[in-house]
Amino acid sequence: MSVLAGPAVPVVSPPRGRASRSWSAAVRAVSLPLLLAGLVLPFLPLLLWAVAERYPYPALTPTVTSSRPLRLLADPTSEVLTGLVNSVSIAVAVAIIAALIGLSAGRALGLHQFRGKRLVQFLLLAPVIVPGLAVTLGIQVFFIRYGLSDTRRGVVLVHLLAAVPYVSLVMSSVYANLDLRLEDQARTLGAGPVQVFLRITLPAVAPGLAVAGLFAFLISWGEYVLTLLVGGGAVKTLPLLLYSYLGSTDTPVAAALGLALVVPPVLLLAVTSRLLSGEGTPLAGFGRT
Amino acid sequence: MITTRAARRRGLPQGLATLLLLAPALGVVLVLFGGGVVMGVLASLGYQPFLPGRDLSLDAYRGLLDDVEVRRSLVLTFRIALLSTLVSAVLAVGAALLLRGTRRGRRAALLVFQLNLPVPHLVGAAAMLLLLGQSGLVSRLLFAVGLVDAPAAAPVLTNDAVGWAIMAEYVWKEVPFIGVVVLAALSGGVSDLEDAARSLGAGAWSRFRFVVLPHITPAVVSTSIIVFAFTFGSYEVPLLLGQPFPATLPVVAYQAYSDTDLTARPRAMAIAVLITFLVVLVVLAYSVLTERVLRPAERRRVTGT
Repeated sequence: MSVLAGPAVPVVSPPRGRASRSWSAAVRAVSLPLLLAGLVLPFLPLLLWAVAERYPYPALTPTVTSSRPLRLLADPTSEVLTGLVNSVSIAVAVAIIAALIGLSAGRALGLHQFRGKRLVQFLLLAPVIVPGLAVTLGIQVFFIRYGLSDTRRGVVLVHLLAAVPYVSLVMSSVYANLDLRLEDQARTLGAGPVQVFLRITLPAVAPGLAVAGLFAFLISWGEYVLTLLVGGGAVKTLPLLLYSYLGSTDTPVAAALGLALVVPPVLLLAVTSRLLSGEGTPLAGFGRT
Repeated sequence: MITTRAARRRGLPQGLATLLLLAPALGVVLVLFGGGVVMGVLASLGYQPFLPGRDLSLDAYRGLLDDVEVRRSLVLTFRIALLSTLVSAVLAVGAALLLRGTRRGRRAALLVFQLNLPVPHLVGAAAMLLLLGQSGLVSRLLFAVGLVDAPAAAPVLTNDAVGWAIMAEYVWKEVPFIGVVVLAALSGGVSDLEDAARSLGAGAWSRFRFVVLPHITPAVVSTSIIVFAFTFGSYEVPLLLGQPFPATLPVVAYQAYSDTDLTARPRAMAIAVLITFLVVLVVLAYSVLTERVLRPAERRRVTGT
């Protein structure tokens, strides 16, 4: 049968191929905008509420707009500024400490072969899988006992639990791509360990390190329940403020706080994607924030 | 070998160098994570550090089995996590294939696709509240087209029994997460294999099933494990978007923990241990299952059968 049908194939198949191609093009033309619209849509009510003074049902847009909610973000007398200072200082501390820890652990994981390596990788992966809340409930007693509860130090420490595994795993793959012959050449030319590290190793892993640090920053920046558990009411970060405003009647300020939590990470994403020059995989770290 | 030589030159045996390099990271994980798990288990058995002790018992766990709230909460948590993960994974694979084939406006589309990756889940939950709540934007749009005449007549999507808004938030956040990793997997030479398959006469479905799918399976499996674990253990999203009873397990655990009555502590800890146990169990089962079902060819190659 195939022999008989053979000559007919070239005649029939091109139109059919074109038809199915145009059909798939049509599907694409509809579904891509739909997908992107669905991803952008939830930002819309945040933007609308953040400039609203009066936004009664069933109006689609605010009936009276105002810059009050956004101005409150910059108002030094409001608690928002305290929240911002807390959030930034904690996230920066977490980023720096986690990056240093990852810089160290990543080298061993990426370059050394040793017994128990799989166990170490498993241990580092466990906090990524097991929910932070379930674990933190267990150690909260010790945070209280050792005076870490209700302090920024304590919050930094508990955020490190979430950040260190990610940073170590990212740095391990960064080191795995490091060309060790460069270090050897520097040594042959008489460079000491410090010189080799500062002149060769650090510049080579710096882009990866920056990305890992940004992950750690974002994990800390978006954290809510661990901050609540360890910081009590005393360490008010932006997510804690957002939650308390969502419970109040002042929805416009809640929306403005939501935007304040979104803008810095999105700007950081733009920086990161430039550092990565379009490489997608390490962005996986954002998933948990 | 090179590292051994380098380490020796610095005067440190390789093993010690490795240990020193790993010490800070392992310290954080063993003290905070290990300590948390061990103390959680002990506290669920009734042990209270720094307080006069009680006898250790399994009472808290026995209590959980009879607890209707916990049973219903368990079902709800599982359903929400499972559905969110499944829907996210399917949509993410579709989105990745869609974006891969996009030529015009590709950069802009990719940018929008990744826009919500760094957005905190609490903000996502707040956005869903303002979008899907009964007086939210969706309800207002339905009013505008005449389908709804008051907030009370709008569909109940937040603080509901199903958890629509919770799942919407998870899917919204996790589709780009899985999608980005799948896109990265798709960039690794799979199109050459597809061309080869096409020239051998494979149709679109066969190319997807036998070329593309095996290629992206590891990416989908590893990311969906992370997504399931996250959605199972997340607190703020169901707190804000879910109903008070039955709430998801993490919300119930936190409520029990913050109870002023300290005798509720073992119950809270038992729920926390249950969450940890179930997440680990599901992740292990899933890993084994996908290893067996989806990658028989690879396993054959490894085992040499």
